[in-house]
Amino acid sequence: MSEPQTPLGPARFDGIARIEALPARGMITLRGDLGQSPLRGAVHRALGVEPGGPGTIVEAGGGGAVAWMAPDEVLLFLPGAEAAPVLAEMRDVLADAPHLLADVSDARALFRVSGPGARDVLAKLAPVDFAPDVFPTGSFRRTRLAQVPAAIWLGGDGAFGVMCFRSVARYAFDLLGTAAAPGGEVGYY
Amino acid sequence: MLSLRCPYCGVEAEETELAPGGEAHLVRQGPGSSDEDFETYLFLRENPKGVHFERWRHAHGCGKWFHAARCTVTLEVFGTYSAQVSAPPEDILAAIDARRPGWRREGPR
Ligand SMILES: [Zn+2]
Repeated sequence: MSEPQTPLGPARFDGIARIEALPARGMITLRGDLGQSPLRGAVHRALGVEPGGPGTIVEAGGGGAVAWMAPDEVLLFLPGAEAAPVLAEMRDVLADAPHLLADVSDARALFRVSGPGARDVLAKLAPVDFAPDVFPTGSFRRTRLAQVPAAIWLGGDGAFGVMCFRSVARYAFDLLGTAAAPGGEVGYY
Repeated sequence: MLSLRCPYCGVEAEETELAPGGEAHLVRQGPGSSDEDFETYLFLRENPKGVHFERWRHAHGCGKWFHAARCTVTLEVFGTYSAQVSAPPEDILAAIDARRPGWRREGPR
């Protein structure tokens, strides 16, 4: 069995925020009518939680989470790296309900941005209001990081998650590092 | 800078997160239509100085198309609404009436 490889390995940068490339995680895309009980049930079977509303990420135990991507799409982050068995269980629950279910574990790269300067670092790169009352814990926003599409969320541990397509992982990591370079404090948030 | 509220995500999306889709509520002319109607459908667009209805896509977001009503002079946004309609809804028209009394008489639409 081949080992999943992340694009950057265990890369890390320390500046006014800490930028870390995260290890591989199972990721599953589910599309369909999210109001339908089979779709909600399939997410619950996989993670033990149901998807939240627009602009949210709901965390489950062990590092699992489900993020609202679009009115007809959620992205599941699995506690482990292995998506195949979870996918099979979800398929059972979904049965005949119209849906699209896909293992997208290799499609994207994940980063963690933490520390007191994290909001300022992200605000340099994305046209998003990161004020604590506008972007509280559990917020999830698809946007762009400079020139590439990305998603940003705030987890229960107080650190931001950042996700981009795998092909632009190096660009995103270098960009975050540049924005977090020592001396680049903004002190806005 | 233009920012529009995506009616699906509920977020204020800034212009660089959006992709423009041109004039809204075009009536499609297909096989059997006259040459003149087909030409109008393909090529001729409103270019008003004032109230305009447009299609936009939340490209760096949920990816969905939606509609926006705005003023091309001041960039004031009167509202955004679902893509699944073929004419502006009443609440959008009322919002424009409140800000631009008489706008419906100003020219062809
Ligand atoms: Zn949206």
